[in-house]
Amino acid sequence: MHEWALAEAVLASARQIAEQEHLSSVSEVTIRVGELQQVEPPILRFALKQLSEGTLFGSAKFHILKAKSQLKCRVCGTTWQYSSKKLDKATAEAIHFVPEVAHTYIKCPKCGSPDFEIASGRGVWLQDIKGAKPE
Amino acid sequence: MIDPRTSVITQRLSKIRRIVAVSSGKGGVGKSMVATSLALSLAREGCRVGLFDVDFTGPSTHIILGVPKSVQPTEDKGIVPATVEGLEYMSLVYFVGDNPAPLRGADVSNALIELLSVTQWGTLDFLIVDMPPGIGDAVLDLVRLVNRIEFLIITTSSLLAFEVIKKQVALLKELKMPIVGVVENMKMNTSDAVEQETGKLGLKYLGSIAYDAKVEESIGNPQKLLATEMGEAMDRIKKAAVGKGSSICP
Repeated sequence: MHEWALAEAVLASARQIAEQEHLSSVSEVTIRVGELQQVEPPILRFALKQLSEGTLFGSAKFHILKAKSQLKCRVCGTTWQYSSKKLDKATAEAIHFVPEVAHTYIKCPKCGSPDFEIASGRGVWLQDIKGAKPE
Repeated sequence: MIDPRTSVITQRLSKIRRIVAVSSGKGGVGKSMVATSLALSLAREGCRVGLFDVDFTGPSTHIILGVPKSVQPTEDKGIVPATVEGLEYMSLVYFVGDNPAPLRGADVSNALIELLSVTQWGTLDFLIVDMPPGIGDAVLDLVRLVNRIEFLIITTSSLLAFEVIKKQVALLKELKMPIVGVVENMKMNTSDAVEQETGKLGLKYLGSIAYDAKVEESIGNPQKLLATEMGEAMDRIKKAAVGKGSSICP
């Protein structure tokens, strides 16, 4: 369950922010998940809930938003959206673990170059955290 | 938006006693052979050792080790490296196979951060990192993200290699990074010039590895590698590099 490791990273980062902001409780955490990494929101949510038990995030709501993945060719400028549908299972799984290996398997649909930019929708991002400060 | 991955890297590496990057400003000096034989030699000593190939665009430790394609990491709260010849072994090759990985600098950084944040190394005495040549993204990222990293520098007897090494040492000193010492690889003369020059830089000369054609013949056969001049030299070099007293891993 690779999502577990990502959930640990999200909570470690959220904890740092909560400490910086002197939050005594956290009510909401918003996470943006890029399409390219194909993270499974139910699995990520399960890991977040399990890891949050008995912590500052124990009663927090986790909002998981999906971000479309846009790729842009550095050679001809074509932009296109990533789709895992045309990839075999092993390739999709490799990209799931390390999104950059997309450069090995995906080519620009117009010119065939592997030299493209992952303009958006790469991995997991912490977008927002809401909580209360002690009175 | 915040990239959460870097927040967890220190935790992932917390059960590793020492992290040693086998590095060189110059390419073609035998970093991967030295990194692999150092890792194997330490494992033979009874140490718990990981080997992490971060030369993403030109990986070769899997060829030196003869890792079969069927060997893959497993998933358990992250990615657990496969055990190869007694080493916890991680490489981008698991995910790209024999295909090229044409990565630009930002992609190299992202792939490195991803693997550092999701790899579950567990408890190790040593993590040996096989670095790409140069002083680019991988060096700068590891300096930024892995505060306990130490550098072991590989050179050949060539002035061309050592002149580049000097630049690497200057950078690492400027960044206040610990340098374990310098290894002179593929030595074919009796000159002590590299040893003298290393001393002038204020660094420890860890020893030399005589050129041995059998090293090339050992590729894919780790036990054969340990029986070459390189394998035998590694017994001395590892003690000079990471030994303390009579035992490296008590």
